Amino acid sequence: MTDDTRGLSMTRDPAPDADSPHAGQAPAAQPLTEIVLQPPARSSRPPVAPEVVAPPPVELTIDGVPVSVPAGTTLLGACRAQGIDTPTLCYAENLTPVNVCRVCVVELAGSRVLVPACSRAAEPGMEVQTDSERVRTSRKVVLEFLGSSVDVSLAGPAVPDGSIADYMARYGANPSRFGPPAAALSAGERDDRDPGHHHAPAGDARAATVAQPTKVDNELYVRDYSKCILCYKCVEACGEDAQNTFAIAVAGRGFDARISTEQNVPLPESACVYCGNCIGVCPTGALMAKPEYDMRAAGTWDPAQQTVTETICPYCGVGCAVELHVQDDRIVKVTSPLDSSVTEGHLCIKGRFGFEFVNERPKT
Amino acid sequence: MFGAGGGTSSYRETEDTDLVVLWGSNARETHPIFFHHVLKAIHKGARLYAVDPRRTSSAEWADGWLGLDVGSDIALANAVGREIIAAGLESRQFIEHATSDFEAYKAKVESYTLDYAERETGVPAESIRELAHALATAPRAMICWTLGITEHHNAVDNVLALISLVLLTGHVGRYGSGVNPLRGQNNVQGGGDMGALPDRLPGFQHVENDALRAKFDAEWGVAVPPQRGWHLSGMFDAMERGDLTAVYCIGENPVQSEADQKRAIGLLKGLDFLVVQDLFLTKTAELADVVFPATAAWAESEGTVTNSERRVQRVRAAVAPPPGARDDLAIIFELANRMGGAWGEPDAETVWNEVRRLSPVHTGMSYQRLEELGGLQWPCYDEDHPGEMYLHSRLWEDPLPGNRVPFVPVDHDPPVDRLSEDFPIRLTTGRRLDSYNTGVQTAGYTSPLRRGESLDISPEDAERLGLEPGERVRITSRRGQVEAPIRVDESLRPGLTFMTMHFQDDVAVNLLTIDATDPKSGTAEFKATAIRIEKLEAPVPA
Repeated sequence: MTDDTRGLSMTRDPAPDADSPHAGQAPAAQPLTEIVLQPPARSSRPPVAPEVVAPPPVELTIDGVPVSVPAGTTLLGACRAQGIDTPTLCYAENLTPVNVCRVCVVELAGSRVLVPACSRAAEPGMEVQTDSERVRTSRKVVLEFLGSSVDVSLAGPAVPDGSIADYMARYGANPSRFGPPAAALSAGERDDRDPGHHHAPAGDARAATVAQPTKVDNELYVRDYSKCILCYKCVEACGEDAQNTFAIAVAGRGFDARISTEQNVPLPESACVYCGNCIGVCPTGALMAKPEYDMRAAGTWDPAQQTVTETICPYCGVGCAVELHVQDDRIVKVTSPLDSSVTEGHLCIKGRFGFEFVNERPKT
Repeated sequence: MFGAGGGTSSYRETEDTDLVVLWGSNARETHPIFFHHVLKAIHKGARLYAVDPRRTSSAEWADGWLGLDVGSDIALANAVGREIIAAGLESRQFIEHATSDFEAYKAKVESYTLDYAERETGVPAESIRELAHALATAPRAMICWTLGITEHHNAVDNVLALISLVLLTGHVGRYGSGVNPLRGQNNVQGGGDMGALPDRLPGFQHVENDALRAKFDAEWGVAVPPQRGWHLSGMFDAMERGDLTAVYCIGENPVQSEADQKRAIGLLKGLDFLVVQDLFLTKTAELADVVFPATAAWAESEGTVTNSERRVQRVRAAVAPPPGARDDLAIIFELANRMGGAWGEPDAETVWNEVRRLSPVHTGMSYQRLEELGGLQWPCYDEDHPGEMYLHSRLWEDPLPGNRVPFVPVDHDPPVDRLSEDFPIRLTTGRRLDSYNTGVQTAGYTSPLRRGESLDISPEDAERLGLEPGERVRITSRRGQVEAPIRVDESLRPGLTFMTMHFQDDVAVNLLTIDATDPKSGTAEFKATAIRIEKLEAPVPA
């Protein structure tokens, strides 16, 4: 234990009869009312968290430039600290890296394969290249595969903002070079595929896709898996990284892999508790709150016309920081800032969806 | 107890503690984001104990569930204390340094043997012993509670019994250890901090302390009445006596939220004058002589709220209020100005700065700092003060600054609404994840989880009474009668039933509840009602 040890020792008593500053003194009883009537005594200095001894910093080079970062920093963190714009899709600050999307890969001297920057910790003496030919080619191909098979029109590293297009341009990705997209599958068709079975190519040189109808099975959010890049963020947020409900997981193998509830049941029959933390971390807009989905369908969703105001959730006493996205004087979306010490970006069903009572009040 | 009412720990400490005791709290459903911090601790190896009559979704994560009978918390807590002392596991160093009246506590709990507690609480002696040893030997531990502790006729005694456990084990005033009431509403902590208590001025300064009151007299230019007022249930008693004839009710729906609803409505109707200020035309507002439409404080107003870790945070206006609705502050200023006060123009930051002048624990919290730092935790004495992550660190300083903390021994006293042959079943009430209090706000959104009101009942009782799932039944207490469908719930033990208060328009659960209140806190015993359950075809008693 590393508790601050000023004054008394805060470890467990060494022995019941240990020397105490008051040994032998009878404790002086204080009448309760007297204590309550007086303001509490102040501590002599503000309490602090136990000190953590920082390990020595790590020295490495990135793109030939010597860099020093705190031990435990990832290569992504080191790159960002250098102002190097590194694309990510499956990475989020409030989730454990699962390094599946591979757009953040960098070249590491002595490593046979490219390494994911989001999860690889910086080590002393590493020589990292972030813009080598291998890195550029790998990022380009990853973006092409994703772009040819998935609707990435809304995808971006942080929020579904479509900024993936910038990375595609930077790396010269051309998703259409695999041919025109194959026809969308009907509802449930992908979900029913037997795991592990490959399908004969259609022979018409069309790019396989995950296109399928949007799943709309409840009033709070929709799942459009034609936009799903299998980044696992929703699975992590539903699981150990935040909500610990484990309502969804990856089912199937290879190109048939997909995010699914248990036995592929509709959400209302699943373990889902509608915290919406999966929506909060989804980088592609595959998971979307119903109001945003409906407004996009109606062509009225307009981020340029939206304001974002940080305030506090009106429900229980935890005091979650919420960001109200407002368009035309209506709350259209609620998120939580990643840097809130209370929420770490996560909310519950009431915080994320319980705002309608404000919109429903008569405005005329 | 310690001189200021607030949770002693921060949420981040929860992640680093070794033991969490959720006592009368189903945080998994009622404080979901706090429970995220508990889950982080669990994944790091911390143990969780759940003390709750129901085997809740929080208890499903626990290493141990102590399913006590409703209202037997003190019997259990005293037995835990006795076992710790009997095993020689109390923190003698802390007790001798920072507390007083240990001997009185020890004498009081002497009769609370494990066997007695097992009989009185229904919890196996071995489980009580396990909790006692876990609490006493954990390097860091925190006890967190909610209304399962405080919605009883002896709420304050319940809290005192839990505080004694942390005094006994030294689990207070240190990083990762503490006692934490999880607040039920987004500003219930802030309301108390700001003096919305019958005996306190802002900053927990006692109204009966002449020196403290004089400071307010000088700032406000009026003489503050030197005696404490009434708490909510005291007001209802005063209405009954005819001592209280006019009420100005802000943001509260007592018609549906008060226990013993029939009595509450009768008393409100008997007032000479009732003013209600609310976002909605609530059932209470329908009774009012004057209604002031207010703004939604979290989305249509500027200001601050304070959470369960004492963090003062800014709320901001994001949308325009409906026409005619006005900020609470603006309404109160307008009233004051019309009554001849010269309060000027309402401005949230100006009022906040007045709080900072008058309340030493808020002095360092400028709007600028609150915004830059993501809120600050009181006490925060000046603009260089970082706020206190955990309270009472003074108790570990040598020499001890200020007073010792007394043990206040308390005795078990079962719920007022006794079980009898006519009313053999215990009903307890609480919240569900997706709904909130009387449902005024949460009714605004469609939740796939919502199933309406039901009487949740154990499989054993359902079978014994010959009830089918979903069957409507008549539920009768000594005060009233409602009908509701039953829902069979395996988390309930025989003899225990559960309802929410979320659907009062459909099922007025508070017709059943008892308004027996705690004399010290004024909280009604919502958690313990004696009922009987009858099939609907049974004849209605005359």
